[in-house]
Amino acid sequence: MDEKKEKFIGALAAFTDYLSKHLPDDILARLKEMSDSESVPHAKVMYSCMSENLRLADETDRPVCQDTGLVQFFVKIGTRFPLIDCLDECFREAVYRAFKSAPLRPNAVEYPSERNTLTDVGDGVPYTEFELVPDSDSADVTVYLAGGGAALPGKAAVFPPGAGFEGVARFVADAMVEKGVNACPPLVVGVGIAGCMATAAKLAKRAALREIPSSNPRSEIAEQERVLKKILDETAIGPQGAGGSASVMAVNIECACHHPSSLGVAVQFGCWAHRRGRIIFDGDLNAEVKSHGGFRI
Amino acid sequence: MIKLTLPVSEDVVRKLKTGDEVYLDGDLVTGRDRVHERVVKDKTFPSVSLKDGAIFHAGPIVAGDGQTGYTTLAVGPTTSMRMEKLEADFIRATGVRIIIGKGGMGAATAEACKKYGAVHLMFAGGAAVLAASEVVETSGAEWTDLGMPEAMWHMRVRNFGPLIVTIDADGDNMFERNKKRFAELKDAALNKYFSE
Repeated sequence: MDEKKEKFIGALAAFTDYLSKHLPDDILARLKEMSDSESVPHAKVMYSCMSENLRLADETDRPVCQDTGLVQFFVKIGTRFPLIDCLDECFREAVYRAFKSAPLRPNAVEYPSERNTLTDVGDGVPYTEFELVPDSDSADVTVYLAGGGAALPGKAAVFPPGAGFEGVARFVADAMVEKGVNACPPLVVGVGIAGCMATAAKLAKRAALREIPSSNPRSEIAEQERVLKKILDETAIGPQGAGGSASVMAVNIECACHHPSSLGVAVQFGCWAHRRGRIIFDGDLNAEVKSHGGFRI
Repeated sequence: MIKLTLPVSEDVVRKLKTGDEVYLDGDLVTGRDRVHERVVKDKTFPSVSLKDGAIFHAGPIVAGDGQTGYTTLAVGPTTSMRMEKLEADFIRATGVRIIIGKGGMGAATAEACKKYGAVHLMFAGGAAVLAASEVVETSGAEWTDLGMPEAMWHMRVRNFGPLIVTIDADGDNMFERNKKRFAELKDAALNKYFSE
């Protein structure tokens, strides 16, 4: 058991370290597309800073951004996964090791003393979310470094269902124009729709972590993603809010049924340095990385 | 492209205009929420004078310690707007001329820039290794009790940029103008899709 545990923790820690220094392949591809088609002068300056920054981060083995965020894990966990009884301990140890090796910035701050734990581990940190997968012994782990800037414009509210898609679109567009500039655009926009604030917020996060490009499997929702993306791009916020012809990398919507009298809506933004990775473990704790072609254990 | 060496005089700063692209040489300090509170609310001043100098809204990742020396590994800008409440008083109290950060700042800072002769410059958010590659020396830290991100770090920079002037010493505020424009474009886009 200890050998399996060590294999799991070691791979998670190494991957968390790696993804603080390298963006996932899909984000790199989207940023390149956006940079190539941009024509506004200040926006071009910003894109060239980003690409030079990524080159230097790779060359010097340093975190892409000084804000290495709070580490979060979203896990599809098989009910027969061998380490299911000690997951919390494994995730905490993996974060601590990545904090030491990368190094990540100490970002876990206690409320209300404002004391920094100085380990990136603390009460409720790292955050973990689980979905059970029956009859499986594997673990499909999405790791996300949740930066402070991208968290800032996040919002949730509950509307009467009559608000419909127009209400959702206005809510998201208002949040983005109000504070999105500081979330380091071009942004990933995750929208959640459900019965209350908390369930919508959970789905918004899941939406923000979806691969790019991808569409909601329901065609009428996919169409809303397309329309909302167009609206948000037309704000012309551009990279870093310096103005530009496109402002978002993707708009992803996830929904659940809502209550007849309430429509919960939430929006979660991701910055251009969207440090999200996916690593899948089988029952023997062999790892396969889906998001970063360059990663080797 | 404009190259400036710190410290800078009021005359030089007053010539900068919003939209100008600037690169800096010389000594600057980092400082974010807690540094501003210490100076403005607690009336405690750092060991170095900030007069005619530059403050960078940033919380770096720094390796090493006071004995072996420090290396700044990553130091991208943080959201300047968080310091809006205290920045005007900070400029008045310290005589700082150049404020560097992410995004723009508000009316009170723009007013102080005009009154005292200061500017706000933006650095590309998240481009933390690029910024660190332009730091040639990290000579020390003070107020380390605030933790690594919030402490005040002393750095010598070379060719630090590109920086874009977002508030000039006439009080012109590029991000305020942009914000109005983005809001108008947003309303126009929404009304186009939901007109019927």
